[in-house]
Amino acid sequence: MKLVFTLWLGLFTLVSGTSARALSLQFPQAVEAGSAFSVPTAGSGMGTLYIVGPGGALERSVRLGEPVSFARGDITCAGRYTAFLIGPDGTETADFDVVPSGQPSTMSFLAKPSRLSVDLPNGISGVVYVFDVFSNLIVDPLQVVFQLSVASGPAQTRTVQTQNGVAWVKMNSAAKAGPAQFQATVGGTVDKRIIQQVPGDPCTLKMNARRSGDRIALETEPVRDCSGNPVPDGTVVSFTETYEGTESTVDEPLKRGVARTDLPVHDGAVISVATGVVMGNEIHWQGGK
Amino acid sequence: MRSRYSASGKPFFTSALLLCTALLMGSEQTTVRVEPTIPVGPRALEKQTESAVVRDYLQAWQSLQVALQANRSDLLNADFVGAAKEKLAATIRDQQQLGIQTRYADTAHDVKIVFYSPEGLSVELLDTVEYDVQLFDHQKPQATHHVSAHYVSVLTPTEVRWEVRIFQAKPE
Repeated sequence: MKLVFTLWLGLFTLVSGTSARALSLQFPQAVEAGSAFSVPTAGSGMGTLYIVGPGGALERSVRLGEPVSFARGDITCAGRYTAFLIGPDGTETADFDVVPSGQPSTMSFLAKPSRLSVDLPNGISGVVYVFDVFSNLIVDPLQVVFQLSVASGPAQTRTVQTQNGVAWVKMNSAAKAGPAQFQATVGGTVDKRIIQQVPGDPCTLKMNARRSGDRIALETEPVRDCSGNPVPDGTVVSFTETYEGTESTVDEPLKRGVARTDLPVHDGAVISVATGVVMGNEIHWQGGK
Repeated sequence: MRSRYSASGKPFFTSALLLCTALLMGSEQTTVRVEPTIPVGPRALEKQTESAVVRDYLQAWQSLQVALQANRSDLLNADFVGAAKEKLAATIRDQQQLGIQTRYADTAHDVKIVFYSPEGLSVELLDTVEYDVQLFDHQKPQATHHVSAHYVSVLTPTEVRWEVRIFQAKPE
């Protein structure tokens, strides 16, 4: 019996010493970040009000029975806060939320990749997180306009609504090579990225041959991708001559859009050309033609 | 050490999380529930990635609790980055100046991953979390309050783990 009494006494002491009493502290349910607000208090005498949360901590001496005022900028971090009012008659507690200002101020705009081939469906991705002036993530839905524009040709535009502060989009790269401007706009906030659109793989390959002394001079026509963009210089073109079971290959990089080489003259030789996975035409050399 | 996880229909994931909970959680019971991921983003989320994200997010809660109780912002370094770390560090500075400490004891998490970015560079999750916050003024306990809150967090990958870049409660 004595043990039970001791346990009850201990429990009572614990509860009265560390836990809050019934709520009567009346905080607004939600306060906009950075805004001024006030909270009424009840009772008489002096007390101490603590406001704590992962976003900040405040302490105020308060005269109970009078409102406690918070100036603009006192609490700027959005999140859940807990208020503890420690008075002469006990402790009151309350929760309240500080919500982001609805006005977008900055955004985190991630555009990928920074360089890609032309004419790739859904090749470009953009992700935007939207923040207010205090770097709080704005979780209420907002319209984000994504625009991908190139110097020649119409711009692609998509409007996406944020969900939990994030909006994303996938867009096609343009058919024409060159820099594209990828822009995200939310409210009056604009952010831009540059995406380099480079030619794709060669689409067709054709070479011409002519005799030059005891050699055959070979030259490709300008090498282009399937959208007509010149393939970058440096792309390797392989010329192969097959004659009486022997094969010799010369690799040449494109220079100013074409590749050139020369091979020994052999009547009956077969000469082929290739770059990457693209095979070009074949030339059967016979009697100088 | 008592912990309880549930992730319906995901035996492997559940066992993985049980393991990480056992490693992460203190002596108090913390229940963690991971809701099935609904593909709302442009990229499929592999189970291993999902498991790692949840594990590192829960670890971040542990770091937050220790850092806010000890008023040591260096304890945030391993799990927080960017704005989340800066804001928590500022809170710790506030607490130091006021001579107060806060002890957050999380008792339940209901985690749901809602976004995985196209290039795999960010994950957003929602967490309905239950915790007790206890206030100390100059080491003296003042009061404890139970909180139920919805957190939205964004994690980004580093060399070895996912770190919390945005950490913010939102109204219901």
